[in-house]
Amino acid sequence: MSIEKLTVAELSKALAERKVSAREAAEGYLRSIERQEGDIGAYLLVTAEKALEQADDIDRRRASGEQLGALAGVPMALKDNICTEGIRTTCASKMLENFVPPYSATVAKRLEQAGCVLLGKLNMDEFAMGSTTENSAFRKTHNPIDITRTPGGSSGGSAASVAAREAAFSLGTDTGGSIRQPAAFCGVVGLKPTYGSVSRSGVVAFASSLDQVGPLTRTALDSAMVMSVLSAHDPLDSTSAPHEYPDFASFAKAGVKGMKIAIIREFFDSFIAPENQKSVLAAADDFRRMGAVVEEVSAPTVANALPTYFIISAAEASSNLARFDGIRYGHRAEGAGSIEELYARSRGEGFGAEVKRRLMLGTYILGEGCRETYYKQALRVRTLIIREFASIFEKYDLILTPTTPSAAHKLGDRNTDPDTMYLSDMCTVAANLAGVPALDLPCGTNSMGLPMGMQLIAPAFGEPTIYRAACAFERERGRI
Amino acid sequence: MSVFETVVGLEVHVELATKTKIFCSCPTDFGAEPNTQVCPVCMGMPGVLPVLNERAVELAIIAGLATGCEISAYSRTDRKNYFYPDLPKAYQISQYEIPLCHDGAVEIEIDGGSKRVGITRIHIEEDSGKLLHDREDATLIDYNRCGVPLIEIVSEPDIRGASEAVAYLKKLRSILRCTGVSDCKMNEGSFRCDVNLSVRRPGERMGIRTEIKNLNSFQSVERAIEYEANRQIALIEQGEVILQQTRRFDASTGRTHMLRRKETADDYRFFPEPDLAGIVVSAETVSRLKSEIPELPDTRRRRYVAEFGLAPYDAEMLADDRSVAEWFESALKHTSHAKRLANLALGEMFRLLGEDEPPKISPESAAKIVEMAAEGRINGATAKRVFTEVWSSGADPEEVVRSQGLEQLVDEEELRRLALEVIAENPKMTADYRGGKTAAFGALMGRLMHKTDGRGEPQIMRKTLEQVLNDM
Repeated sequence: MSIEKLTVAELSKALAERKVSAREAAEGYLRSIERQEGDIGAYLLVTAEKALEQADDIDRRRASGEQLGALAGVPMALKDNICTEGIRTTCASKMLENFVPPYSATVAKRLEQAGCVLLGKLNMDEFAMGSTTENSAFRKTHNPIDITRTPGGSSGGSAASVAAREAAFSLGTDTGGSIRQPAAFCGVVGLKPTYGSVSRSGVVAFASSLDQVGPLTRTALDSAMVMSVLSAHDPLDSTSAPHEYPDFASFAKAGVKGMKIAIIREFFDSFIAPENQKSVLAAADDFRRMGAVVEEVSAPTVANALPTYFIISAAEASSNLARFDGIRYGHRAEGAGSIEELYARSRGEGFGAEVKRRLMLGTYILGEGCRETYYKQALRVRTLIIREFASIFEKYDLILTPTTPSAAHKLGDRNTDPDTMYLSDMCTVAANLAGVPALDLPCGTNSMGLPMGMQLIAPAFGEPTIYRAACAFERERGRI
Repeated sequence: MSVFETVVGLEVHVELATKTKIFCSCPTDFGAEPNTQVCPVCMGMPGVLPVLNERAVELAIIAGLATGCEISAYSRTDRKNYFYPDLPKAYQISQYEIPLCHDGAVEIEIDGGSKRVGITRIHIEEDSGKLLHDREDATLIDYNRCGVPLIEIVSEPDIRGASEAVAYLKKLRSILRCTGVSDCKMNEGSFRCDVNLSVRRPGERMGIRTEIKNLNSFQSVERAIEYEANRQIALIEQGEVILQQTRRFDASTGRTHMLRRKETADDYRFFPEPDLAGIVVSAETVSRLKSEIPELPDTRRRRYVAEFGLAPYDAEMLADDRSVAEWFESALKHTSHAKRLANLALGEMFRLLGEDEPPKISPESAAKIVEMAAEGRINGATAKRVFTEVWSSGADPEEVVRSQGLEQLVDEEELRRLALEVIAENPKMTADYRGGKTAAFGALMGRLMHKTDGRGEPQIMRKTLEQVLNDM
C-alpha cells in the first residue's frame, strides 16, 4: 500500500487501526517530496527532521493508549504566509527571506494540537498577490498535472503539493480566489471558509477584510475533516465569529434531495471557456438527477465584483504591508543615509513588482481625493453584492458557478499582462467580498486533459450545505 | 496690540490608567527598561492582530460622561497611515469618522466668573514609541509606550488666551484624575497638549491658525500661547500673512519654531480598521459607567460653598484633587468646624503636599487638632505647628500638645508678668506707643507671643498688654 495514495479519511482510519504508523506516513510523504520536488517545486522549506519527531511523538502517544483526534499522524504542509514558531516564514518574499516568527498562527497551533505532522512550508505568490505562484521571489511551482503549466495562485504550492501527493492536505489562504483557483487548476478540492470561521491570527495579512485560511484536499470529505479542526472562535482574532461549529464530516452522506441550487447567468458569459461552462452545466444535471432543484438566476452586481475587489484589497494591502519598513525585522537596505532612504530602499529591494504595483495602487486609492471616488464607492458596491447574495440565498441553498474562466495555462503565459491575470479571479472574488463560504470541486477534465473546477457558494456558516452537495457529487461521479 | 483676540483650541492626549495596553496584554508601567514591555502585537510583527482592551473603552466613556459628552452607540476604529520609526505598523489605530464621545463641555472659572469650553470629540487611539537620540552614532527606539491607550480630547476654539487655556487644562486634569481615567502626570507624558492658535480683531472671522505640538507643562502652554499670539499679531501688523504651519515650542528660548508647512493637509489615508469590529456601547453600559463616576470637582466645589460656607476659591482648592477632597470629607466626620479645617488645610497642607501625593496626616488627627483649637486648648499658631509635626512624625496630636506643653496660656497673672518683661526689654517701642504710634502695639504683641512660646491666648494677651501699658 502506498500511503500517499490514501485520502485523509483513509489514512486517518489506517492510523487509528494502527495499520500504518505516523512515522511510516511521514516517511512516505517525505520520500514522495524527495522524488518529485525537482519537477514540482511546491515547497519553500521541508522540515523533515521535525516532521519525524512529531510523528514519533504521535506514535508513542497512540501506543500508550491516548485518545487522539482524527487527524493525528496525518502529514500536511502550510502556505508560507502562515506563521510557524521557530520555522522560517517568508511569504515568498525577499522582504522576509530570513524571518523566523517567535509565534505560531492559531491554525498552525490547532493542527499541531490535533496531531497533524508538519512537512514544511509551501510556495506562493509573494504576499499572496498573484494567480500563478510565479510572483514567488524564490522559485517556480509547476502544475503536477502538466508541469509546463502553472498550478495557479496564490496558494500554488498548497494546491500542487496535494495534487502531487506531497502532502495529505495543505492549508492555503484566499483573498480573492487564492485557494479555489489553484485547487481548480490542480484538480483538488479547496475551500474558502465563511469569513470569521477560521482564525487569521498569525497569518500574514494581505487584505484583512477578505483574507481567510482554508484547506486544500483531495476530497470534499477530507476538506470537512480538516475544517472541523480549523473552525473555532479565536479570542486573538477580533473578526473571529463566536459560532458553534458542527462536525462537518457528519454531513457527508446527507445528500442533496430537495436542495435548491442557483446558477448565476452572468457566470456563463463569453469570458468563460465553453468547456468550463459545459462541465459546470453537466454537474448541474447531476445535481438534478440526485434530487436537487437547479435554477438559473441573474445577479447583475456580481459583474462589478472584480474592480471592487481590486480596490478594497489593494487599499488594505497598502496599509498592511507598510510595516515592512526594514526597521525591526525583515530586509534592510545597506548604507542608507536617511530614514526616508532606508524606507525607500528597503522596500524597493524587498518587494517584487506585483506587490509594488498593488501597494502603489492601494496608496493612491486611499489618498485624499481618490478615497471617495474609489475606495468608498467600492465599499458601497460591496454592500450591494452582499445584498444580492442575501436575496439569492433567501430562495436557494447554494450557488453553483465555474471556479475559473479556463483551465491552467502555460507558465510564463500571462504573467506579463496583469489585466488578463486579474481576470482569472472573476468567478471567485464575490464570495470574499460577501464573506460567504465557497468551495472548489473538480468537475471534469478538458480536451487537453486538464482539470476543471466548479464552485459551490453557500450563505455564511453554510459549510455543512456545501459538504452535503460536494460529497454527494463525488459519489455520483464515482471519485470515491 | 490689545485689539487682537487670541483664539485657541486644544487637543489633549491623555494616557488611560489601564493595567495593560490597548491591543495586547503588555503592561503600561512608566519608566521600565527600554523594550521590556513589548510583544509581537505592539511591535507590529507580521500576522498578529489587535484585540481591543475593553477597559480602555470604558475609561474613555467615563471621560466623555464626566465632560458632558454624548456617547456614540456605535463607533469604530480607523487606521491613520504614516511612516515613522516609532510607529511599528506604520499606521496608528485611532478613530476618525465616528469618535466614541462627542459634543461635551467643561466649565472653567475665570476672573470671578465662569465660562463654558466646548469639547468637540473624544476618541481612543494607541500611543507610539519613543526615539532615543542620546547616542551619536545611532538613533535607538524604545517601543514600551507603543500601544499604551490614549484618548484625544479636542476642544472647540472657545478658549481666549493663555490663562483660559491653563484653566481649561487644569479643569480637565482634575476631572480625569477624579474619575480615575488617568493619572495625568505631565512629566511622564500621560497628559500632553497640542495648541491650535489664531488671532483676529474682535468681530472678524477666524484667522489662519498654527499648531504647536506636544506641550508637556502648564507653563509651556502659557508661554507658547503668549509667544505665538504675539508673533502672529506682529506679522499681521506688518501686513504679512499667517501661514498654516505646525510649530514646535522651545522651552529654553520661549520661542516657537516651524516644523512643517501645512498648506495641504497631511494625507493620512484614513480607512476603517478591518481587524477590529465596530464599538457598540449599550445604554446599560453607559448607565453602569455613569454610576462608577464619583462626585465631580465642580459639584463638590458648589456643595462645599453651600454646605460649609467656604469661600469659592477655598472650596475649589479642596475639591480639585480627589484624594484631598476625600480626606477633607472624612475629617469632617470627626469635627463640625469645616471652616477651621479648611483654613488649616489651605494654610498648611498645600504647603506640605507634594505633587500627586495623598495627604500624609490622617483625617482623624487633623480633626482632633481642629477640635482642640475650637475648644481654645491651643491657639491658631499652635494648631499649625502641631499639624506640621503630626504630618512628619505621624504622632498623636494630643500627645504632641501634652508632651511639649503646647496648651494655650490663659493665666492672666502669668501673662501680666510676661507683659511687664516685654515692656522692660523694649523701652523704645513702649515709648513710641505711648507717644501715639499705635502700630508699636503690634510689635509688642509679637514680642509677647514669642515669650509665651506661641501659646498665649490672643484675646487675653491683648487685653492684658493693653492694661499693663495703660497702667504705666
